[in-house]
Amino acid sequence: MSETAIQAAAETPPASPMRGYWRSVFARLGRDPITLCFAVVVLAIVLAALAAPLIAPFDPYQQSIIGRLKPPGWRGHPLGTDELGRDLLSRLLYGGRISLLMGLAPVLIATLIGGTLGMIGGFAGRLANTAIMRTMDVFYAFPSVLLAVAISGAMGGGIGNGILSLSLVFTPAMCRIAETASAQVKHLDYIEAARASGASAARILRHHVLGNVLGPVLIYASSLVSVSILLASGLSFLGLGVQPPEPDWGLMLSTLRQSLYVDPLGCALPGIAIFTTSVCFNLLSDGVRRAMDVRA
Amino acid sequence: MDGGQDRGPPLLEVADLTVRFVGHEARVQALAGVSFSLRAGEVLCLLGESGSGKSVTLRALMQLLPPGRTEVAGQVRLAGQDVLALRGRALQAFRGGSVAMVFQEPMSALDPVYTIGQHLIEAIRQHRGGSRAAARARAIGLLELVKIPAAARRIDAYPHELSGGLRQRAMIALALSCTPRLLLADEPTTALDATVQIQVLILLRRLQQEFGMGTLFVTHDLAVAAEIADRVAVMYAGRIVEEGPVAAVLRAPAHPYTAALLASTVHDQAPDQDIPTIPGSPPDLGALPPGCSFAPRCALVRDACRIGPPPATHPAPGRMVRCLRSADVLATPLASLATGDYR
Amino acid sequence: MSATPMSTALADPRDRGGPAQPMLIARGLRRYFRLKGRGQAVRAVDDVSFTVFKGETLGVVGESGCGKSTLARLLLHLLVPQAGEMVFDGDLVGAARGIGIAALRQQVQMVFQDSAASLNPRMPVRDSIAFGPLAAGQSRAAARQTAEALLQQVGLRPDLFGPRYPHELSGGQKQRVNIARALALGPRMVILDEAVSALDKSVEAQVLNLLRDLKRRLNLTYLFISHDLNVVRYISERVLVMYLGQVVELGPATAVFAAPRHPYTRALLASRLSMDADRRTLEPPLQGDPPSPIDAPSGCRFRTRCPCAEAVCASRAPPLGHWEDRASHIAACHMATQGSGHTLAGAG
Repeated sequence: MSETAIQAAAETPPASPMRGYWRSVFARLGRDPITLCFAVVVLAIVLAALAAPLIAPFDPYQQSIIGRLKPPGWRGHPLGTDELGRDLLSRLLYGGRISLLMGLAPVLIATLIGGTLGMIGGFAGRLANTAIMRTMDVFYAFPSVLLAVAISGAMGGGIGNGILSLSLVFTPAMCRIAETASAQVKHLDYIEAARASGASAARILRHHVLGNVLGPVLIYASSLVSVSILLASGLSFLGLGVQPPEPDWGLMLSTLRQSLYVDPLGCALPGIAIFTTSVCFNLLSDGVRRAMDVRA
Repeated sequence: MDGGQDRGPPLLEVADLTVRFVGHEARVQALAGVSFSLRAGEVLCLLGESGSGKSVTLRALMQLLPPGRTEVAGQVRLAGQDVLALRGRALQAFRGGSVAMVFQEPMSALDPVYTIGQHLIEAIRQHRGGSRAAARARAIGLLELVKIPAAARRIDAYPHELSGGLRQRAMIALALSCTPRLLLADEPTTALDATVQIQVLILLRRLQQEFGMGTLFVTHDLAVAAEIADRVAVMYAGRIVEEGPVAAVLRAPAHPYTAALLASTVHDQAPDQDIPTIPGSPPDLGALPPGCSFAPRCALVRDACRIGPPPATHPAPGRMVRCLRSADVLATPLASLATGDYR
Repeated sequence: MSATPMSTALADPRDRGGPAQPMLIARGLRRYFRLKGRGQAVRAVDDVSFTVFKGETLGVVGESGCGKSTLARLLLHLLVPQAGEMVFDGDLVGAARGIGIAALRQQVQMVFQDSAASLNPRMPVRDSIAFGPLAAGQSRAAARQTAEALLQQVGLRPDLFGPRYPHELSGGQKQRVNIARALALGPRMVILDEAVSALDKSVEAQVLNLLRDLKRRLNLTYLFISHDLNVVRYISERVLVMYLGQVVELGPATAVFAAPRHPYTRALLASRLSMDADRRTLEPPLQGDPPSPIDAPSGCRFRTRCPCAEAVCASRAPPLGHWEDRASHIAACHMATQGSGHTLAGAG
């Protein structure tokens, strides 16, 4: 018997060489030039923001009465100036630091908290599920902008409170998505088999459920980055988030908006920055999710 | 009932049907020149294991394969009509009009938001017109025909409210609703319980004779073929390797694969002995050997088998086999085939 | 409860009661599922009792909805029984002084029907096999070694197949991996829930041979659940037939197949396909589908489809009869019981 069985094994085509999961993910990423392009752009944006003090040609706070809303190239300002005569490129570079922080930090926090709660809620029994999901529903009941405004308003302005309130806004939706994904795999045979092998719930969650939850959660998280940047700018606009004169893409967008007819390019620049960043994050995470799918 | 090897032109003629799946990296030869014909009132079983191409054949006939990713070549004629050339309206009229299909899983083939009656009435009116009331009366008649008890009440049931057996009967009623000339059945009894399976097989047999339909019945189970087929075509790796009247093929197979499949089917074997198995596994359809596809697993293989695909030969009237050593297989009694020592 | 000295070379240090002590005794197992919104309950497993002896294969036969898969999950406590008790090798399962659930799961494992769904698609199969040993506290290296040795045992070359993902394997190969995974904790008993039903016939034969081979080499006990009577007859020493959550017949395989005592078993046997085109079944042995276990008939649950049903069958549920030892052949039918009130009592 075993001979025929071994034969059965030998005659099938050889598999890919042995390698770890993450190494194979990176190998698949390496074969996806489009995703790599987006990764490079995201990396460039992040590096530019981080290195702003080193590469910014001007002081982002330096105002000039005569140099307001000047076109690119005016007196060495590569992208021109804003409505207070400050160098636009420098403000965009510095603004990237705050905007990326406001875009990424709340999403990250919400993903961690909401994702974990949702995964547990989907996998756990009815009682824990009800407790977690009904709590989330309470937050769901408010429109997200209103909720963010209310929380920021109650706690006061500032970047820290802005991040906190946005995290709270994103957590319930994230939780719901993780819960759905987790509940879907809960009754699959391989989870039952893992239970039958005596593994603890934590172990099953980590090894068998996490991988299935990660995909949809990552996709959703990446789409939230741009929402988060815009919501943060909304908060700033209301005086609840970033305070002027701090450079922030969202804040810049809302102040430059009044000069739309005078300086359309300068007005569009922060919007282009937000758009590029969010699209690149979106497509990058899409590519990463594809690379993480072993069946592809 | 036997053979149907005479009288009249064939209802369905398939000649050299070839299907390739074109993927990103690989091209998979799913069918490599399949030819057969079927007369009205005849049941031909396409018999094979997964990957043999039996379901692909059915789907190619129905033009159900995704057009962008498959290349279909060859000839399919139903009562003289070129099936592969049909497009648009003509294709719709062909599907469900001249030809109907019964699937393995009626639950996924029926739309869960419509009742059985809505399915039937829509199909009847689409292909035959007529009033809603007339269509409903006909639908009830069809449900009675497939022996659904309390048909007048069950017609308003949703698919999920019926048991598996009743669902499959409803599916058959739907297939018969437009009196097709050709019925395609894709493992219609595989998902059913034993006591239900035999009922559905007997029902299909009876209806097929009553309606005089040609039936192409796909199965992986030799015993199902023995119950329903007039002729069987045994498929392996995208080719028909043996074809003939069911009783003759099962009693004295001419191809080593058919013989091995018979021997490895669990049926009254002595409990204290291993079941003879076919060594190895089916070939990779992306990289078929140049010769006989079964050669790598065949106990009778000779060098000549590996050179090119063996030609079709006819060991007896109405029988076809593609094997260079079919004479040796036919000369070996089944009992010693089963033990594997027939070299 | 001291270990009895054994004469066989295969003596298992975990064997407590010796070969005569049953591996598993189930008494009065019950599990109902309440239906949401309605007051009804599905009586999936209703008062099921049986014994599995060491080293035997007990075949469990029945159609969909008869409760055989629920039964398998009850035995592993993947579902908690609502009534009844289990004794594993002399120890009461779940009792303070008996054997715990975790310890039970070390000794009883399960292979599921759907070979694809029972493997994590995101895990190389080697890791799926090693998962149990890792969870049980083995070191990473040891668990991996166990996994590779098991792959070898089920006929898959570890270097070729270990790193593959489930979608890179055929159905038969996946089921071999599932068997290896079930064996990873070194169980003494394996529950096979329709483990070969989804496979092609020639692959089914390969896997059945493998199961027999493993049973011999590892001294295993099988509970083999299937709807395929040919397969059950081939692999089982004893057979248990279930209908709508209850045991209707239990006995040695040869006796049950040669002289079935319950009309349902007779019908099941008659429903087997003949493999001979010249001797086709002309009339179905049973009409209709198995009724839903939601509102099972009163009295004998089979009476609605039974050709021999009489008044007594509707009024009283037939007892399964007295079970003595592994040679006992019993059936829950009034016709099999003398003086039950059925006109054919004792005749068949």
